[in-house]
Amino acid sequence: MISILKDAWTIASKDLSNEIKTKQTIGMMVIFSSLVVLIFSFAFDPTNNMVKAVIPGLVWLITVFSGILGLNRSFLSEHENDTLTGLRSAPIDPSSIYLGKVLANFILVTAVQLVSIPVLFLLFDYRFFGKVSWFILVVIIGTLGFIIVGTFLAALSANAKNSEMLLPVLLLPLLSPLLIAGVQATRIILENEMIADAASWIRLMAAYDLLFLAACFFLFEFIMEGS
Amino acid sequence: MLELKKMTKMLGDKLVLRNITLSLEKGEILAVIGPNGAGKSTFFKCTVGLLEPTSGEIYLDGSLVKKNSPQVKQRIGFLGHESFLYNNLSPLENLKFYGKLYKVKDLDRKANELLKEVGLYLFRDMPIRSFSRGMMQRLAIARVLLPDPDILMLDEPHTGLDQEAVTLLNNIIKNKRYSGTSILIISHDFEQVHALADRVAVLRKGKIVSTRRLGEEVSLAEMKTWYEAEVKSS
Repeated sequence: MISILKDAWTIASKDLSNEIKTKQTIGMMVIFSSLVVLIFSFAFDPTNNMVKAVIPGLVWLITVFSGILGLNRSFLSEHENDTLTGLRSAPIDPSSIYLGKVLANFILVTAVQLVSIPVLFLLFDYRFFGKVSWFILVVIIGTLGFIIVGTFLAALSANAKNSEMLLPVLLLPLLSPLLIAGVQATRIILENEMIADAASWIRLMAAYDLLFLAACFFLFEFIMEGS
Repeated sequence: MLELKKMTKMLGDKLVLRNITLSLEKGEILAVIGPNGAGKSTFFKCTVGLLEPTSGEIYLDGSLVKKNSPQVKQRIGFLGHESFLYNNLSPLENLKFYGKLYKVKDLDRKANELLKEVGLYLFRDMPIRSFSRGMMQRLAIARVLLPDPDILMLDEPHTGLDQEAVTLLNNIIKNKRYSGTSILIISHDFEQVHALADRVAVLRKGKIVSTRRLGEEVSLAEMKTWYEAEVKSS
């Protein structure tokens, strides 16, 4: 297992160093999420109380849609010079390729969230009364679940002709339980309600993460065989 | 050293490899030649472990090769049609990345030495996206040699190389052979096959139709005539 984690980190750091050099994907993701926040800030009146109800949904909307842009690239970039075959012919467990991609995508999406969520609160003039630590926990668990499933489906759809279109079609229905739980937990925390009310949603998200991580980890090898 | 026994591979409903039985001895260079679509690349992918044979077995040093075995992949250096290199990384970064995956010891020194050997040391910190096909192929060769594999599997290794690089590659292949590395080459370049191989196998329609030992007594023209006769007769 340690060897799998080491190889995963090698692959993730290669992807991140590639991204630091080109800034292609992260640039696209930050621009996209900022535009969505900007458009919604004009669409809703920030003085209206309705805004409070919209914010939790917007947090997850910008995470998922900007994240999909990055997920699409993560395996398509391995088609250049057939580097995916290079990884597959290396003496590593196929699941370390999956874990490496999960790690790199998670760091990228988290970096985008670090920019876009404060901008969202700022443009909506939202005063944060909830507990920051719980909010961060919910965002991390939700984002991790999204990346776990998204990376797996990105690998699955990378060989298809229209993978950019196929990924959201496959991913969004599968993400529904996670997104519903994420939005509910975020709303409860932002409205400073009882944390106990959010606990069941957080548990549901954690269970979703564990279940899909185990399934994707073991099934990834079979996806690679077809590539 | 490497032994394939009755290996078959079906892709969809098409039988691509039929009952391939072939062996590769330690320190031997075996060339597999054949017309386009004969199944040469599929044969390579099955041997490397990228595809699982539909039936048949592969033995390495007498032990059965299991699918996706890291121990087996560690011992095989695979040079494919593509370079498997990352365009945004420099030659040194590419070698270090693959070196880490292959758990190469003393990686820095080895990577720099190989870059000198293939003539890319001066370009070691440049992103390879601007490299010519020949330079990419040189770097791909360095990548394959980095983990010191026991078996080298080279798919069209001379493609895109200039005369100087061809000589360099042939010298590397010969040196590896002398140090006991077994080498399996797929090539359409009869001249290079004749210059390098100890034995040639003809693959046609997924079947090994003939093998022949090459030596100084077999001329290039003779080899070509034999190949054409084998391809036509089968």
